[in-house]
Amino acid sequence: MIKTDILIIGAGPTGLFTVFEAGLLKLKCHLIDALPQAGGQCSELYPKKPIYDIPGFPEVLAGDLTKNLLEQSKQFEPGFTLGERAETVEKQEDGSFIVTTNKGTKHQAPVVAIAGGLGSFEPRKPLIANIGSFEDHGVEYFIKDPEVYRDKRVVISGGGDSALDWSIFLADIASEVTLIHRRNEFRGALDSVEKVQELKSKGKINLITPAEVINVIGDGKVEGVVVAQSQHIEKEFIVETDHFIPLFGLSPKLGPIANWGLEIEKNAIKVDNALDYQTNIPGIYAIGDVNTYPGKLKLILCGFHEATLMCQSAYKIINPGKKYVLKYTTVSGIDGFDGSRKESPKAVVKAIN
Amino acid sequence: MDEQDINIKITDRDGVVHEVVAPTDMAMNLMEVVRSYELAPEGTIGICGGMAMCASCQCYVLSDTELPEMQDDEDAMLAEAFNVKDNSRLGCQIQMTPAMEGLEVELAPES
Repeated sequence: MIKTDILIIGAGPTGLFTVFEAGLLKLKCHLIDALPQAGGQCSELYPKKPIYDIPGFPEVLAGDLTKNLLEQSKQFEPGFTLGERAETVEKQEDGSFIVTTNKGTKHQAPVVAIAGGLGSFEPRKPLIANIGSFEDHGVEYFIKDPEVYRDKRVVISGGGDSALDWSIFLADIASEVTLIHRRNEFRGALDSVEKVQELKSKGKINLITPAEVINVIGDGKVEGVVVAQSQHIEKEFIVETDHFIPLFGLSPKLGPIANWGLEIEKNAIKVDNALDYQTNIPGIYAIGDVNTYPGKLKLILCGFHEATLMCQSAYKIINPGKKYVLKYTTVSGIDGFDGSRKESPKAVVKAIN
Repeated sequence: MDEQDINIKITDRDGVVHEVVAPTDMAMNLMEVVRSYELAPEGTIGICGGMAMCASCQCYVLSDTELPEMQDDEDAMLAEAFNVKDNSRLGCQIQMTPAMEGLEVELAPES
């Protein structure tokens, strides 16, 4: 059981900044995220895109913002459960909550802050009627352990960075890699495209374009895929394979949180914006893009504000009756949980003669 | 209706046709018009915010309106999207200009 003060669901910008604000109040945080890395949409969807409306940053790349937020909160030593989706919440007799992930990891905290953005990122599955029955029997939407594919035949479909990068990576591991894409053109980093070209010339990647996988065949496990060679030239054939990995990107879904008994409106969680962004369940807050209230704006900067007010309210739940006044970091500096201290340099008092 | 407004027809994912008025002076795109009229549930359209990176605003163009030319990023995204047809476009890449008067589109299924 992982125990913490504030359990944050979602490690995007709002969740990461919560760690900092909570740390100023000497509250420890742990974050759960379905993605294998922190940053949420900023790392998954648009790491290379500049953002222009973060106060104090005339321009910052989404990926750099994530890096900065991790750096800003690192002295408060947040814990992370990454690559797992928060599945259930159970209220305990002592008022705390136990949140369990899809992999069974349990977390306990007196306060839960849902900073889940648009939801957890789920793979976009190709529209192949029987694909569901082959999931985990040769059809995988994520590559978790490349060793699974050693000396196996693999078919990857997709035309973006992940399809290109994994084709390159698996070319050295799998016995056979086939990359299938609907177009002749790929969109991805230039060097990935060139590398695939090179591996194709060397016969290490079998490239089929423009084409699409339209069916999966096999008895209990994947034995091959049916490929249609573009719509204009009617030609179908079977490629024998042990694994079929469709990589068509991820799309966010609110997912299991929708069943937690929270008041939901327009795919977002209703909160009390007059006070502290608490949901209809006391002790569970929702901050950032995942919440809604009159006048809500889905902006990173609004998430930061909501996180800050939420932490003040969480402090009162965790430390009932304890006196507290807001302190400025310019005055009191920052005492990290790792023993570090940051403070403004003392002014020099010296006579000028 | 202000003089800079245009009329467009949008068929939602349930097949209901909506005739809406869109401003041309607010730098709005078709995806944002759909959201402003709430013709698709929040969280199911415009997920990437309009960067041609998610295809959640894919639509089929039904009228013969002359549309802005497709840029490389939109073309590449549609190459990876599902339910794509010859008349597919991303709503976020269609700016509301006077030239879009009379545009008719149907929203593609959610995927």
